[in-house]
Amino acid sequence: MTPDPTLVDWTIRFAFGAVAVAKILSLVRLIIGPTTSDRILALDTLTVNAIGLIVLLGIAQGTSIYFEASMIIAMLGFVSTVAYARFVLRGDIIE
Amino acid sequence: MTATSIGEFAIIACLLFGALFSVVGAIGLVKFDNPMTRLHAPTKVGTLGVGSLLLAAVLHAWVYGDGSMHQLLIVVFLFVTAPISANFIAKVSIHHKTCETPPPPAKDKTWATLDTPE
Repeated sequence: MTPDPTLVDWTIRFAFGAVAVAKILSLVRLIIGPTTSDRILALDTLTVNAIGLIVLLGIAQGTSIYFEASMIIAMLGFVSTVAYARFVLRGDIIE
Repeated sequence: MTATSIGEFAIIACLLFGALFSVVGAIGLVKFDNPMTRLHAPTKVGTLGVGSLLLAAVLHAWVYGDGSMHQLLIVVFLFVTAPISANFIAKVSIHHKTCETPPPPAKDKTWATLDTPE
């Protein structure tokens, strides 16, 4: 990053803050959520926001080596959401 | 107005759009009062919010570096899997009877496609 922050750098910092606020609000729903589906939904939203944070880190550092990490988190987040939902629905994940 | 500054403004627009949609989806997740309405808001985080952030990453790589398109793979993966996980969460909500059950089907005797005049 250049020593003198440009407008793009300030926007990246604002986006970091916004996604962090989104993660905190999802954590609030994960804690207070009255039903099981709310908690699964909050975990899914946390995973999606984690992908956003990793992508922002890749933009801020100007590299694309975080692509594999965010791809793996996207895949594991989807699989874990389906696994939670199947455990609630069927009482077992793999029958 | 060079091509680099146009690219910078496109990156800024995509970043602001994605960040604002992430926050709006999370506020909706906290403030809505019903499990099915709460399901509506965070699906926008997955598609519009993170989709715009990844588009900003692609534009950043094209403007400042040597260009790469493979962040679009994550966008495609999220667009494909978001409705599936939302459907599973809705099935969990129906299973726990935390939402209104859908109305019963109409008492027709035949399929609508077969119900044509001769």
